[in-house]
Amino acid sequence: MIRFIVGRLIKAVFILLAILVFNFLLIHAAPGDPAAVMAGEAGAADEKFLLDLRARFGLDQPLYMQLWLYIKGAVQLDLGYSFRQQMSVAEMIGDRLPATLLLTGVAFVLSLVLGVTAGVAASARQGSWGDTIISTLALLFYATPLFWVALMATLVFSVWLEWLPGFGYSTIGAGYTGMAHVLDVAKHLVLPASTLGLFFMAIYMRMTRASMLEVSRLDFVKTARAKGLKRGVIQRRHILRNALLPVITLAGLQAGQIFGGAILTETVFAWPGIGRLMFEAINQRDYNVILGVFYISAAMVLLFNLITDVVYVIVDPRIRLTT
Amino acid sequence: MMSFWKRFSYNRGAVIGLVILALVVATAILAPILFPQSPWKMVQRPFLPPFTQDGLMLGTDALGRNVMAGLAHGAYVSLLVGLVSTIVALAIGVPVGAMAGYFAGRTDDALMRFTEFFQTIPSFALAIVLLAIFQPSLTFVIIAISIVSWPPVARLVRGEVLSLRTREFVEAATLSGLGNLQIITRHILPNALPPIIVLASLMVAQAILLESSLSFLGLGDPNIMSWGYMIGAARTVIRTAWWLSFLPGMAILLTVLALNLIGEGLNDALNPRLTRTSE
Repeated sequence: MIRFIVGRLIKAVFILLAILVFNFLLIHAAPGDPAAVMAGEAGAADEKFLLDLRARFGLDQPLYMQLWLYIKGAVQLDLGYSFRQQMSVAEMIGDRLPATLLLTGVAFVLSLVLGVTAGVAASARQGSWGDTIISTLALLFYATPLFWVALMATLVFSVWLEWLPGFGYSTIGAGYTGMAHVLDVAKHLVLPASTLGLFFMAIYMRMTRASMLEVSRLDFVKTARAKGLKRGVIQRRHILRNALLPVITLAGLQAGQIFGGAILTETVFAWPGIGRLMFEAINQRDYNVILGVFYISAAMVLLFNLITDVVYVIVDPRIRLTT
Repeated sequence: MMSFWKRFSYNRGAVIGLVILALVVATAILAPILFPQSPWKMVQRPFLPPFTQDGLMLGTDALGRNVMAGLAHGAYVSLLVGLVSTIVALAIGVPVGAMAGYFAGRTDDALMRFTEFFQTIPSFALAIVLLAIFQPSLTFVIIAISIVSWPPVARLVRGEVLSLRTREFVEAATLSGLGNLQIITRHILPNALPPIIVLASLMVAQAILLESSLSFLGLGDPNIMSWGYMIGAARTVIRTAWWLSFLPGMAILLTVLALNLIGEGLNDALNPRLTRTSE
């Protein structure tokens, strides 16, 4: 198990290094002077400022030295400096990361639990009205643009019905503490997390349904039925356990996608996470921030993949530990 | 061919999808004829609600532009980006997957590591990075979408090729002295076509969603009217003019839904064996 995890970690490090090289090449491939690109001031900065920048970032040195410096910096979590915000990028991301982890974490658990439950329910009564309704809804959610659902949810639940707050992380100026603060954040979280989870819920639901139906045709299920076991027991203990495996694999693969969705959800709901940070950086052409968020989100995704791999091995001991 | 249509039309959803898609395609083709004026042109006072004036069926947006014209021109952009980026993604993914599956061993290892790299990194963030650094233009939007959507193709093709290459007809082709390239393109790939077609139809749908998300964030081509841009522009006025966000969103939803339904229908029609076991 430990060898397996170490192997995976080494692989993850290689991917992160590759991303750093990729980021580095992108900065140099971007139109204009890399110093100007980093400063986010393409064309506007004066010559002296750029010269200072070049010296400061070692841009006057040969390319391979620059790459080395860049990687060395990133490994120490020095992701550069945002000239727009007058702050280090690592600090900006550090401030915003918890909000994103909260949002994506809740959305992920929500979509997995609801998706699997709905999938099991649909497969138990294949072809019934319930199945048709659940399957149709999944089909709809799967085709709906995330940012649009988010907008419509704000419109209906926040503007028209006034049930839930439509933007932000907590009520500004309310000064809640303790339980009141937690409740306040939870209230603000409902719309972003459920809209982000919707698309993935649809995917997990379809996958669970298909997987349940497939497993239920296998011989060991017939045996269980022949033994006279109750329907519910067979569903839970025999079919679901096996049917969950492909769903977990898929869920692990989808970590990157959930983060991508978070960029859109956070933008719509003004949720102060790194996705929103990336959106703000796009508008300001703040390249250091964009690349920094990209790097950190990739690291998060790799970490998440590692966790799902471990969970997978625990759920299914038959899996051979190969890296 | 006959049985293909029979099986396809047996899936009611697929037929509905085909009808919706036909309407969208017709709108896209007819857009320059029905709305010869630029969709960016101001035609009336801003915020004209839908169904209040003849000739402006869906009203005007915050800058007095014709919403119906925007939707029609947007249909063209969505379909174009969806189709072209899928073709480009296939052009990357099919050779990579075919080579990995056919040559196996080291080639397979190297190519699959490469594919895995692209599959692991958050694809939407990658597309954003690409578009933020290079100037957003229609070409770059298509390139960015293709770059993030080819890995599933490579994996699928690899799997298909792996299972086909040990079959007798491939051995026969090898014995008759055909080169690797000819065996792959003439004998193996045609047999791997059905699942590729199904995947491609779903990829067009995903590409349309991705394009709309990118232009919603302001990363689309600034000279081209698209559905995502329309929603992004109407976002700030959602309280007063919700329909400006609602209508383009419905257009995306219907188009993507239609393509997904068609994908399922194609799956039923092209992989009949698969359908029987999963029902």
